[in-house]
This record gives sequence, structure tokens and C-alpha cells, in this order.
Amino acid sequence: MKRFLLFLPLIIFIILGVFLYKGLSLDPAARDSALLGKPLPEFTLPRLDNPELQVTRDDLLGEVFLLNIWGSWCPTCYEEHDDIQRLAAAGIPVIGLNYKDERDKAFTYLQEQGNPYQLNLFEPEGVRALAFDLGVYGAPETFLVDQEGIVRYHLAGEITPELVNQVILPEVEKWQDAY
Amino acid sequence: MDILYLPELGHFALILALVMASVQAIFPLAGSLTRQPLWLAYAQPAAWAQFVFLGISFLLLASSFLLDDFSVVYVANNSNSALPWFYKLSAVWGAHEGSLLLWLLLLAGWTFAVSLSKGLPADVLGRALSVLGFVSVGMLLFVILTSNPFDRYLPRIPTDGADLNPLLQDPGLAFHPPLLYMGYVGFAVTFAFALAALWSGKLDTAWARWSRPWTSVAWAFLTAGIALGSWWAYYELGWGGWWFWDPVENASLLPWLLGTALMHSLAVTEKRGLFKSWTLLLAIATFSTSLLGFFLVRSGVLNSVHAFANDPDRGLFLLLLLGLTIGLSLLIYALRVPNLKAKAAYSLLSRDVFLLANNVLLVVATLTVLLGTIYPLLMDALNQGKISVGPPYFNALFVPQMLLLGIFMGLGPLSDWKSMQWSKLKRKIWLAGLLSLLLGFAILPWIYDGSWSLAVALGLTLFLWIATTSIRDIWEASRGKKGWKGISRSRWGMMGGHLGAALIVLGVTMVSNYGEERDVRMAVGEPVSVKGYEFTLVSLGQRQGPNFTADTAVVEMRSDEGKLLKTFTPEKRLYQVRGMPMTQVSIDWGPLRDVYVAMGESLDDQAYAMRIHYKPFVRWIWWGGFIAAFSALLAVTDRRYRIRVPETAPAEAGTSRQQG
Repeated sequence: MKRFLLFLPLIIFIILGVFLYKGLSLDPAARDSALLGKPLPEFTLPRLDNPELQVTRDDLLGEVFLLNIWGSWCPTCYEEHDDIQRLAAAGIPVIGLNYKDERDKAFTYLQEQGNPYQLNLFEPEGVRALAFDLGVYGAPETFLVDQEGIVRYHLAGEITPELVNQVILPEVEKWQDAY
Repeated sequence: MDILYLPELGHFALILALVMASVQAIFPLAGSLTRQPLWLAYAQPAAWAQFVFLGISFLLLASSFLLDDFSVVYVANNSNSALPWFYKLSAVWGAHEGSLLLWLLLLAGWTFAVSLSKGLPADVLGRALSVLGFVSVGMLLFVILTSNPFDRYLPRIPTDGADLNPLLQDPGLAFHPPLLYMGYVGFAVTFAFALAALWSGKLDTAWARWSRPWTSVAWAFLTAGIALGSWWAYYELGWGGWWFWDPVENASLLPWLLGTALMHSLAVTEKRGLFKSWTLLLAIATFSTSLLGFFLVRSGVLNSVHAFANDPDRGLFLLLLLGLTIGLSLLIYALRVPNLKAKAAYSLLSRDVFLLANNVLLVVATLTVLLGTIYPLLMDALNQGKISVGPPYFNALFVPQMLLLGIFMGLGPLSDWKSMQWSKLKRKIWLAGLLSLLLGFAILPWIYDGSWSLAVALGLTLFLWIATTSIRDIWEASRGKKGWKGISRSRWGMMGGHLGAALIVLGVTMVSNYGEERDVRMAVGEPVSVKGYEFTLVSLGQRQGPNFTADTAVVEMRSDEGKLLKTFTPEKRLYQVRGMPMTQVSIDWGPLRDVYVAMGESLDDQAYAMRIHYKPFVRWIWWGGFIAAFSALLAVTDRRYRIRVPETAPAEAGTSRQQG
């Protein structure tokens, strides 16, 4: 047996490793590319604080805003709450979408944690509206929508201080200046 | 002591375990480099301490679950105050962080068992423990640095948890991961023995003898774990399937296939002193695929129904760990494995060659599954788009390979080591061959179904071939001086393992070809006929569970003559916290067929869409798996493994020494 042959398993493994490394930076679902650059879907949803008042897509347009999907049942939402408050304090409108939740629990959440949201939409279990059309599969998720109603940025998961400073704020400024 | 600090203590215990694992890894290495034999002895107590601290850490995480301590992130994400207590316990390993802790605890448990084993020379033991220590250090670093299960939500503590994934709220989950992990981690022991042998350069057949029982036990756990997982998927997912070629399932199949090859190759190495370098490579590769599966499932590179939460940082860390472990061991292999020409000769017609064929087929099958699993990743990395290959690829390639393997499974036990005459082999196999062909290929398909198809005929022939040759082998063994009592447990183990495989072939053949699945609209009081049975929806209702609400149905199954055979009570549950619907199927099970009723969507007040499955012989797939697992354990209890003085064991002297 040639000594070289004994290195073959190692070589095969190294090639495999290179592919696995490349794979780490690829998103298997590639969900983002499907959403970015597309208009925010049409919807009609009641406000969380007043079931009588319906909000539609057109009510939200006009300035760059963040759409944050949250629920009182979602532990990570508590985690990112401070960062949302900071974004709101920086003057960026944040629209909340209370997702698969109950009204009472959502009210308690906002009372205890503070309410940074300009307004909150209410999409409970069984309703297939905006969150469904956006392909939301959990909370929290956050979307950046520009003046024209085009989705420009999407984050599935927790907003962190680093993300706020390095990604979200620059993105917001970029699209505020775009028109 | 305030119970509030339990998670911190658990975290601390985890760090102490890391310290102990480092001692266990480094001291024997340093000791063997500087020729200080005493340092090798540090490995043993360090391994014990590591086991104790990991045990403490695990128990403390479990108590955080039982105490509903939602300040712990992992508990908050995977438990809920309404969750029944036993699911709170199994939720400990229900997601990424906790299952890692379980993995580590089991590794420490295996290490502990190795450290107690008698009859191992001190230097081999020290080196093997050192290798296990290094594996443990890597994983402990991964847990502590990236996936700490004891992280807290402070100061904002959630009032309640996000609940355990409803799919996992099932008794099957309580046992499936521990069994599976016992298997994955168990192969680390063989891996450690192989590296210890390469390290010391003493590549006699002794390491094969030490490795065999450990490999068999790990294989038994892995087999039972996979069988349990398949069974769980069958009744819990509500699709009636038992194998989906999902990346996570494939990740468990890879080490299983290589582990099967390893068991057989170890037998050749121990008995005949052949294939030494090959067996060493298999031992390294088996554990490497365990780790590879671990990476595929947890790094987010593949899409799967049961992938863990993904985090690119973790993926990179894991890949580094994987690269170091596998890369270094393959490098050591390439540098240290001796360039031996086999001294023992063997002829083309011998058990040696049949087992070599078994190995080649199993390795090809492993590569087939591996390629299919990472194909989407390869294509994506080469900018060829996002595609996956799916079941057609696997079925088209994997099934013929297993058919071929089955032929050798029959030949192996009946053949002799080294060489045998064709006429002798022919005398042993002609009856089994004739029976299988006559009954399996020609007669049985007609009797069962009244028609013939190639797939069924091949499957049944193979089932009979493996079964009859196994029985023939054990019958032959019983003709020794002591009769049936003289048959060794390892021989029984081999027969049981092969019979188990035969039963799996039977189950797979029947359910794939004769299984039926019907989606029907069922209205209260209106009978529907499926596969000769009459199903009637008697009533629809609702009930409230501890953490779910459920639509319930009562469905009666009657025979043609109107005799009541079974009352089904399927449910469709909605788990409130996660808002996740789940089908709870109701099954009438039997050795010849399962009938399986699952609720679909509500159509109106009085009607429901139902799915009715007819699954012939499906149980044999799992029974076969459990029989095989049990047989492997039986083989390990064989007398010769309990004799602790291998040098003087007369049974071994003749075969294993000739290569020494």
C-alpha cells in the first residue's frame, strides 16, 4: 500500500470541511431573499387596544418604520424590549404586531414592560393575516418597511444592542435618505 | 442554601467538570511523552470526578425545570408551569443546550465505565482515557462558551415559559434521545481505543478484542434509539411514515451503517488478524460520523423537521471542533498506521471475503446517504441553486445496496474462516436458498395478495434467505458436543442480530408495497369503507388537557359482518402556549397489520376530514430493530469477555496470537 493512500481519508475530510464551512454562511431556507424588495402585503387587522378600529396597510405608509412581531408568551421578546424602547426613543416609529396572544396578557405585558409601540396590531391564533403573509414562524421577528411600503430588512430573532447600532440604525437612515 | 442559586451551582459544576476533563486529557499525554508512568494514573480519578460534576450539573438543571425557574433562559424557552412533571424532566434534553449536557454526561458515563474495566494494561487505559478527555474538553468548551444551559433572564424574569415543543411531549421522547446519544457517544470509546493503539504503536489484535464489546454495546443503544425514533415518528407526526430520509435521521444512520461495518470488521481483525488498518480507520470514521451528524443537526447548514435553533457562531465553533477532532485523528492515522502486508492468507471463498464485501457495501451505503444528505449544501455552495434530492434518490440507490448486503448476510455465518470448498458451502446453503426462492419469490406473494410483483418477491426472498441461513447456522452449532447448551452467547447474538435484520426486511417490504392510506370525509353516523373494514364516526367532542385543548372523535371499526373490532379515539390537540396543533393518532395494532386513524381538519359541526392508514407488518420493523439491539447486548455477555486474563485464555490463543 502506498503511504499516500493513507492520507486519502484526511484529504476527503478536508474537502468536506471546506464545503461545510461555506455552508455555514448560507441560509438553507433563504427566506429573506423572498421577502426583501417586495411590498408589504395588504391586510386589515384590529388595533390591540381597540378591537373596533381596523388598520390597513395604507394607514402605516408614509415614513420608514419597523414592524415588530411580539407576544407575551415569547421570552426573547422580553429580552429585546429594552432595545425596542431605545429605537423608539431615537424617533423611529415602531409598529407592534401582537402575535398569537391574548388581549389581557398583552396589556399586562405592555403595562409592566412599558409601551414603545406607536400602535399595536392584533393577530391572534387562527387569524391568517399579515404575519401569515409575511411568513412569520415565531416571535420575535422584525421588518423594516420604507416610505413606499417595500420590505427592506428582515430579522428573525432577537434585536441586540450590536444589531441596533451596526445594522438597524444604518438601514433606517439609508432608507430615510433614499427618497 | 437558597434554591435561587441552583443554576449558578450547576454552571460552576460544569466548569469543574471541564477542569477535570483537562486533567484527564493532558496528564496521560504529558506522562507518556516524558515517560512518567505515574502521570498516566491521574486519568482515572479525573474521569470519576468529571462524571460526578457533570452528574451534579445535570441534576441541578433538572431541578430548575421541576421548580419552574423561568429566570433560566433554557427553562423559560422549553417548559411551562402547566407542563406535566415528567415532561418537565424530559424537557431537560428537549432542546440544544440541555441535550448537549446529556451528551456530555453520557460521555462521562462511558468514560467512567472504561476507567473501571479490568484487564486493560495501564498505559492503554491511560491513553484511551486521555483521548476521551480531549473529546470531552472540546464539547465542554462548546457548552460553556456558546450554549450555557444555565444562562439567566435578569432582571426581567418571564412570568411563564414558552412550553416544550408539543411534538416532544410524548413518552417516546423521554427515551429516544438518551438511547441515541448512548450510541453516538459509545463509539467514542472504540475511537479512543483505536487512537490509543495508534499512539502506542502496539497494533496487535488485543485492541480489537477490547474494542469489540464496547462497539457492540454502543451499536445496540444506537439501534434501539433509531428504532424508537422511527416508531415515535410513526405515531406522533401523524403521517404514518416510519422513515423520511430527513437529514437528522440520516445523521443517525451514518454512524449506524459504519458501526455495523466496524462490528464485523473487528471480528475479522480479532479472529484472523486481518484488515487491521482498515478496522482502525472504520473506528475513527464511525465516531467521526457521529460528530458530523452532531454538526449537521446543530449548525443550521441543513433544513430539517427537527433541527435545533441555529446560530452561526455555534456552527463555526462546532466546525472547528469537528475539524480538530477528525482532522487530527485522521492525520495520526495516516502517519502512524503501519504499512503492513497482511501475513495471513485467505481465499476468495471464505468468511473473510464475505465480511469484506459486507464492509465495502456498508461503506458505499454510508457514502450514498452522506452525499444525499449534504447534496443541497454542496449545490448551494457551488452556486447551483437550492435543491434537495429527497426519498427517490435514497430509495433508488440504498435499497439495491441493502439487497446485495442481504445476500452476504446469509453467506457469512455459514462460511469458514480463511478458505472453504465450494462444495461444502453449497451443501450448507442449498436448502435455505431453495426454500427462499420457492416460497419467497414464487409462492408467498400470490398467497398474500393474489398477484405478484418484483419488489415484493425480492423482499420476501431476502427475508427468508437471511432467516433460514441464520436458523441453519444455529442448528449446526447445536450439533456440537454439548448440544444446544454449548452454543455461545455471541453465536446466539449473531443469529439474533441477523434475524432482526430479516424481520426489518419483511416489515419494510410489506408496508411499502401493501400499505394503504385514505383521506376520507367522515360525517357522524355515515359509514366509510376502507380495505374491507367499515369505519363509522360515532361522535365528535372536545376536552381540556393540562396544557392543551383537543377536538376528540370516536370512530368504530367493524368487519364485513358488522362485528365491532375496535373503537378509535383520535384527537386533534391545540397546545395553547405555542399555538401549535398536533394530531394524536389512534392505532389498532397487531402483528399482521396496524390500522391507524388520524384527525385532519374540521369540515363542519358534524363532519371531519380523517386519514385512515392500513399498515401491514409495520411493527416488525421496530421489533426487528429491538431484537437486533438485544442480540448485540447478549453477545457482549459471552463468557470470553468475562475472562479477564486474555494472555492465557486458551480459546483465543490459537487465532489472535498468530499476528501478535
